Parts: sequence; C-alpha cells; structure tokens
Amino acid sequence: MTQGVMVFAETTGGTLASIAKELLGAGRKLADALGEPLLAAVLGHGVQEAAQEAVYHGADTVYVADAPVLETYQTASYTAVMAQIVAQAQPSILLIGMSDNGRDLAPRLAFRLGTGLASDCVDLAINPETKLLEATRPVSGGNAMATVVIEKTRPQMATVRAKTMEPAVRDPSRQGTLVPVEVTLDPATLPARVIERVKAKAEGVRLEDAEIVIAGGRGLKGPEDFYALLEPCAKLLGGAVGASRAAVDEGWVPTQMQIGLTGKIISPKLYIACAISGAAQHMAGCGYAKTIVAINRDPDAPIFQRAHLGVVGDYKKVIPAFHKKCEELLKK
Amino acid sequence: MDIIVTIKQVPDPEAPKESFRIDEEAKRILNPANVDPVINGYDENAIEAALQLKEAVGGKVTALCMGEESATRALKQALAMGVDEAILLHDPAFADADATATAYVLAAAIRKLGKYDLILCGRQASDWDQAQVPSGIAEYLDLPSVTAVQKVEVRDGTVRVERILEDGYEVIELPMPCLVTVSNEANRPRYPTLKGIMAAGKKQIPVWNAAALEVDPARVGRAGSLTRVVKLYIPRFEGSCEFIEGETPEEMGEKLALRLRELKII
Ligand SMILES: Cc1cc2nc3c(=O)[nH]c(=O)nc-3n(C[C@H](O)[C@H](O)[C@H](O)COP(=O)(O)OP(=O)(O)OC[C@H]3O[C@@H](n4cnc5c(N)ncnc54)[C@H](O)[C@@H]3O)c2cc1C
Repeated sequence: MTQGVMVFAETTGGTLASIAKELLGAGRKLADALGEPLLAAVLGHGVQEAAQEAVYHGADTVYVADAPVLETYQTASYTAVMAQIVAQAQPSILLIGMSDNGRDLAPRLAFRLGTGLASDCVDLAINPETKLLEATRPVSGGNAMATVVIEKTRPQMATVRAKTMEPAVRDPSRQGTLVPVEVTLDPATLPARVIERVKAKAEGVRLEDAEIVIAGGRGLKGPEDFYALLEPCAKLLGGAVGASRAAVDEGWVPTQMQIGLTGKIISPKLYIACAISGAAQHMAGCGYAKTIVAINRDPDAPIFQRAHLGVVGDYKKVIPAFHKKCEELLKK
Repeated sequence: MDIIVTIKQVPDPEAPKESFRIDEEAKRILNPANVDPVINGYDENAIEAALQLKEAVGGKVTALCMGEESATRALKQALAMGVDEAILLHDPAFADADATATAYVLAAAIRKLGKYDLILCGRQASDWDQAQVPSGIAEYLDLPSVTAVQKVEVRDGTVRVERILEDGYEVIELPMPCLVTVSNEANRPRYPTLKGIMAAGKKQIPVWNAAALEVDPARVGRAGSLTRVVKLYIPRFEGSCEFIEGETPEEMGEKLALRLRELKII
C-alpha cells in the first residue's frame, strides 16, 4: 500500500527554493485531506539545513540524499535517486515544481516509475469520495482547463506551476524525521556532462521578484522602445521590464525577459502590458498579477478581458505622459 | 548521421481566439472550423535543427508522426521542408492516447527503424502542453535525454546542447545516440521551397499500424493511458476592465498614473 504525499523540495544555494515552499504548502493540504503524512525529498550536496527547513515548512519525514554527485542537476542522477526514494517511501502522491529542473525530471521519472503525470498544474484537490488526486491544468496555453486523474498507478504524479500555490508558513517548533538516503551512484556512469553554466546578463530587479513589471509586445516594432521608454519608466517605479514571446522571437530582447507559459511566471503587484494582445499563453505568465493594466490601440484586443485597468491608445504617447506624471507624483 | 524527428499535428494556435473549440463530452480539443491544422511549432524547430545538422555533417532525417490519416498533411510539410523520409503511425487503436501510450508507440516505431544517432522532438505540443512524450521515448529506448534546448550541435561524435535556464543556460555534452527536445529559441524554421513541395508531392508516406509495429494492444491508445481527463472546460473571465477615458493618449497616460496613485498601487 502506498501512503503519504511526497514533494520534491528543490534547493538553491543550500536553502529551500520558493517553489519548494509552495509545494510543501500545497502538499500539506492534500496530506491533511487524506489523513496521511507529508513527505519531502531533498537532493543535493550540503543540503542538511534545507532538509531541516522542509520540516519547519510542514514535512513530517524528509528523505535526504546528500552527495557530491548531486551537486548539480542531471537528468540521469536525479531520476535514479528519486526512483530509489519513491521505492523506499512508497508515496501515493508525488509533487514536483515546474522549474528548470522539475520540468525535465518529472516526465523522465514518471516513465521510470511506470506511472501517470499531470503537467504544469494550477490546482490540486482530493476527491472526497474516490480519494484520488484531481489535478487541474491549463491546456492549449490556457484556452481550456483540464482536470486529470491517475487511477491505476502510484504515485499519482503532478508538476505544479510556480506561484500558483500558497507557500507553507515556517514554524521552527515543528518536529519531523530526517531519513538519510544512501547514494551509490558512480559519477563516471552518468551519460551526460555539464560543461558550464552561463548566466544571462542581469541588471536591476529580477523579473520574478519585481513588484512592478512593464512589458512590451510585438506592437513595439523593434528593440528601441524597450530601452528608451519601458526601461526608464520601470526604473522610476522600482520595477523590471518583460516581454511577450513575439518580441523575443523577433530577437528584440533576450529570452530571459519572456513572460508566459514557456517563459517566466510572475505575480507582481502591478503589471503593465504595452502593445500585447493577451494570448492565453502570455496570460499564463502574468494572470496572477494583482493589478493588470493594458495599453493597446485595439479596443477589441483580448487582453482587455483580463485587464483591471485599460487604456485604448498608442503606447508611444501613453507611456511618456504616464512616466512624467509618475515622476511628479513620486516627488510629492 | 541518422536523425529522427517526431512531430505532431495540432490545431493552429495562431487561429483567432474566438474560434477555439473543445468537445467537453469527449474531452477533446477540436480543430477550429476553416483553419487548417499545422505542425506543432516546436516540432518545426526540431525539424529545422535536424536539417541544419544534416547540412553540417551529412546524413538522413526521418520524420515520425502518430495521428489520424489527416496527419499526412503535417508529414507532407515536413518532407517539403527537406526531411528525407516520413512515416505515419496510425491505427484506430491508437486514438485517445495519453503521453504514456504515445511514447510507447513512437518508441516502437524508432526501434523498428533501428538506425539512429539522434532523436529530436519539440519541447512540448501546443494542444495539451504536457511536455512528457520525449522523455518517455528516451526512457523506453534507454537513451540519455536533455529537454528544452536553444542550440544543438554535433562535434566529434558527441552532441552538445544549450539547455535553457531561468537565468541563463547550461552547456551539456551527450554521447550518441541520445534524445534532445528543441525550444523556439533554437532557430527560425524554414519555409518549404516550391521545389521542396513538388518533391514532397511525389514521395510515399508509409503507414505503420499496430500490427506492423508489433505493439501490445493493452499499451496503446486509451487502453494504454495512465491519465484520464475527467473534465475539460473553457475558463471564463469576468470582463470588468475599467477604461481610462481622455481626449488624447497623453491625457489618458496622466490619468492612468493618477488612478494607480489613488488605488495606492504606485
Ligand atoms: C506553445 C506555445 C507557447 C507560447 N508561449 C508563450 C509565452 O510564454 N509567452 C508569450 O508571450 N507568448 C507565448 N506564445 C505566443 C502567444 O500565443 C502569442 O503569439 C504572443 O503572446 C503574441 O505576442 P504579442 O501580444 O506581443 O503580439 P500580437 O498578438 O501580435 O499583439 C500585438 C498587439 O499590439 C497592439 N499594438 C500594436 N501597435 C501598438 C501601439 N503602437 N500601441 C498600442 N498597441 C499596439 C495590437 O493591437 C496587438 O493587440 C506561445 C504560443 C504557443 C503556441
């Protein structure tokens, strides 16, 4: 019999990643609904402290695989160790974050375990009668929603979209068990080799962390206005600049600036979309913003169905006037 | 070098938003009326990557597609782009396959082809957005895999890729044979030339069914699926946008700032 809800708790720089806290928050709710324990798997090198943090964030038992070979993510090593942990712990549900590594790991692991996987979910619930996990996920970029169940195999696996789950609250008085996992992998047997990691140039506020984001789309018609209009305005407001995929595909801005289904998922206080039509795949990345402002020439642009405030007009004229007024207001 | 590209035919994601249709009863995403289906965008990137590799180091590119008979359309287009051979994997028993059942059939077809150094797939399909099938193929064939790359090269018998990360990218080397999934950052897919279209018109597209692939009937289509969609619906959003009024765009820009200030957002 399988039992328990397990989350793959990722770490960054030795501490729990924000996606891990979100998974622990969501996993705790599912575990409580089932009356089962919450388990976590922490993989890496030098991750004992992060494992203890997982307890503080709600895990009852944490499986810790701490070994030099797990220092950097690799499909083969992480899949093997996670498969080993699942065999040992026998969870009924396994949640993985839709992060750089999670999105690569989850499908490979699901096939290794011979179980089903619901990708990129935004809502998770336990059916009160069947006790099955009901995982709801956007499909066709968000034009439709599908609720998926995994009936025959265990664990029921789901990857979870960033920023869609309430993060667990840290409680340092919480008690839990750490279970060390023996890692016998020989690095020499790993097929792939990570040669280097290249960081994209980054200045100012990180797009994922920014409270205010101003984004540009195909209507900007070139890279110029990103730097001449949007960036100064974002700077003034202490925010960051983003883009639609159309602007990235045109080569106007780097891919790290892309917001959406296959770009960054952001949930700022304020999102200002300039000359972006509002395709479902774009809104997948910014739909969780508290306030969405759309500036678009076309009054029928779909983005106005999702925006809280709208300006029908040319961003080239709207933004400079907006910028000037903000400057005035911020001086006061 | 023998390269296999897997492709899927999908409803055109660029079709007008209003034309998007689903069958809630059958839990299917439908093709919008009057808009032709297309090769999944990322699969076009995979085809382009394959063709560029072939141009660089020589070899042969084979496209595989599991789908309805109408999916020969996608394979014809792949041939027109310059793919050497195209095979349709079709059997009524393959219908309503999830990622598990799809990867099983594609892996069976790749085994039947026998000779391959590199398998390229799109990073995900734009209809169900699962991003699972490629990893499944790799697992069934016991191949190393890397997903979502922005560059793929072959050097001295090894494959070198750049895997996209949130804050940059990672350079990874893989031995052959291996499987790589391609993202849109990798290239701009070429348009078929007239010559390519003519040549594609003359090529035969073999159809391999369950018997030809010698697959286990319990592992294909709906029977072989491990996930089941219990509900499919179109989300509705409350259209409650407050429009900023004004005579000129400049005036609206100023009023927007004032309104955001009033709401204590800036
Ligand atoms: C599988 C898949 C994944 C995808 N992932 C993403 C993703 O992660 N992120 C993403 O953004 N997209 C993604 N897309 C693409 C998405 O479907 C849209 O094609 C894209 O978002 C469109 O970008 P856009 O709004 O900038 O361009 P368009 O749709 O061309 O819209 C441009 C808008 O600008 C307006 N405009 C033009 N000039 C002006 C002006 N001077 N002033 C004001 N308004 C003006 C026009 O009225 C129009 O509404 C994905 C697509 C697929 C199929």
